[in-house]
Amino acid sequence: MGMLESVLESGKFGITVEMAPPKGYDFSEQMEAAELLKGKVHGVNVTDMQSACLKASSLGLCIKLKEAGLEPIIQVTGRDRSRMAIMGDMLSAAAFGIDTMLALTGDHPTVGDCKASKPVYDLDSVGILHMLSLMEATGNDCGGNELAGGAPKFYKGAAVTPVYEPLFLQINKLRQKVDAGAKYIQTQGIFDLESFKRFMDEVDKANIKTHIMAGIIPLKAAGMAKYMNENVPGIAVPQDMIDRLAAAAAEGKEKGVKGLPAKLGIEMAAEMIAKIKDEGICDGVHVMAIGAEKNVPTILEKAGLA
Amino acid sequence: MIITQKKPIEELMAMIGDAKKIAILGCGSCATACATGGEKEIAELSAYLEAHGKKVVATGMADYCCMNLGVKTAVKKLNAAEPDAVVCMSCGDGVQVTANHAKAPVYPSNNTMFLGEAVKFGLFEEACHLCGDCMLGSTGGICPISRCAKSLVNGPCGGQKNGKCEVNPENDCAWILIYKRLETLGMLEKLETRREDKGYEKVSYPRTINIRGNK
Repeated sequence: MGMLESVLESGKFGITVEMAPPKGYDFSEQMEAAELLKGKVHGVNVTDMQSACLKASSLGLCIKLKEAGLEPIIQVTGRDRSRMAIMGDMLSAAAFGIDTMLALTGDHPTVGDCKASKPVYDLDSVGILHMLSLMEATGNDCGGNELAGGAPKFYKGAAVTPVYEPLFLQINKLRQKVDAGAKYIQTQGIFDLESFKRFMDEVDKANIKTHIMAGIIPLKAAGMAKYMNENVPGIAVPQDMIDRLAAAAAEGKEKGVKGLPAKLGIEMAAEMIAKIKDEGICDGVHVMAIGAEKNVPTILEKAGLA
Repeated sequence: MIITQKKPIEELMAMIGDAKKIAILGCGSCATACATGGEKEIAELSAYLEAHGKKVVATGMADYCCMNLGVKTAVKKLNAAEPDAVVCMSCGDGVQVTANHAKAPVYPSNNTMFLGEAVKFGLFEEACHLCGDCMLGSTGGICPISRCAKSLVNGPCGGQKNGKCEVNPENDCAWILIYKRLETLGMLEKLETRREDKGYEKVSYPRTINIRGNK
């Protein structure tokens, strides 16, 4: 049983962190961050060409992390690979001891940096989960043929966007993901706890039983927050947070001190995590530091989790 | 209807190259409706070719460039004028049917874009991907295969914003349209369960359908 599975299924507070492979083949920066995270998180999500921008593959960095003693979570999108390619990668992942995965539909190539690439979408997030569940239940591959030595088992996850209109469609798809085998769910970055609580109420009302991990994005600057509000679907940073970041930037300028907004972002993220845990709002957190993974141990410490 | 769009004239002229005597075949159905291969467009292309040192030796019009027998008759007349090249102003299928019967090389004047509808004159929208396993009965008559940029079958992705698609914010999110239609019809329960994956065997091309039996 993988670490995230044992933590969440025993009712403990789960902590995962996101990491992107490099645009290149030098993984040293990622491995340095991994050393800092070792023993402090229950899983490291390795992205599958997030935002449809070309990177080294998720499987490669997952193998490196596993070898370094971490618990990688392989993210799998349907954007670039057919069901055969996905299943093949999952078999390879299992051979390296990778036992936790997260299924996503994947951003479309036209929003990324390799726009001529063919969008595949043989399977969507629900389809990927269902395919793997079927594989586990039958021991067969995606063509119904018997796998030699049986099928590997994965602790399967999916994503949800709590800030979504109409919410009915997100809740509906969430139910489909859970029915298709998702045991845990990581959310898009949340910034407003009250609205997140309302989302959690909707999940309860829909009688969906799963483990939800709140997405935490430490903000670095007011500009970043504004940019995300305008460009990233499902992100809604409240104005007072943006104002506080802007005030921190102004204060830094006045005093000649750099990095005050990022520091405040770390504080705000830690505060949010602590509240989520203390109030028992959901089952864990998933920290997306967007390149600043080295800050994650500090955030967790400040949140009282390390 | 098959929606076509004119190729840049320079591209067509480059294909024609040194050929002097040109025959033109238009299409009386889709390409006429798309203003890419009707009588008017044949006349315009003829005038352009004549103005650029070519001789238009014959023009013709098939009711449907995709119907073998009609095209055979129309192309026979073009062949009689002994052209060096034939320009076919239809969709890609019409060009291929024409090329099966023409003695000279056949060049397409259009790009074949999609299967869709004329929303109004001059405005065309894609609406079907010929997936071979129609699911419109469960989606309120709106096709997610062709109208969702990811052809998603289990509801929208996280990328829609205000009912618009992240791939092209001018496009409506197909799944928001489907949701609204099913809500109006009182059939939202059709969205609740995962759709059985239909796979891609039915789109393994080229496809042939024979309803003639042995005839």
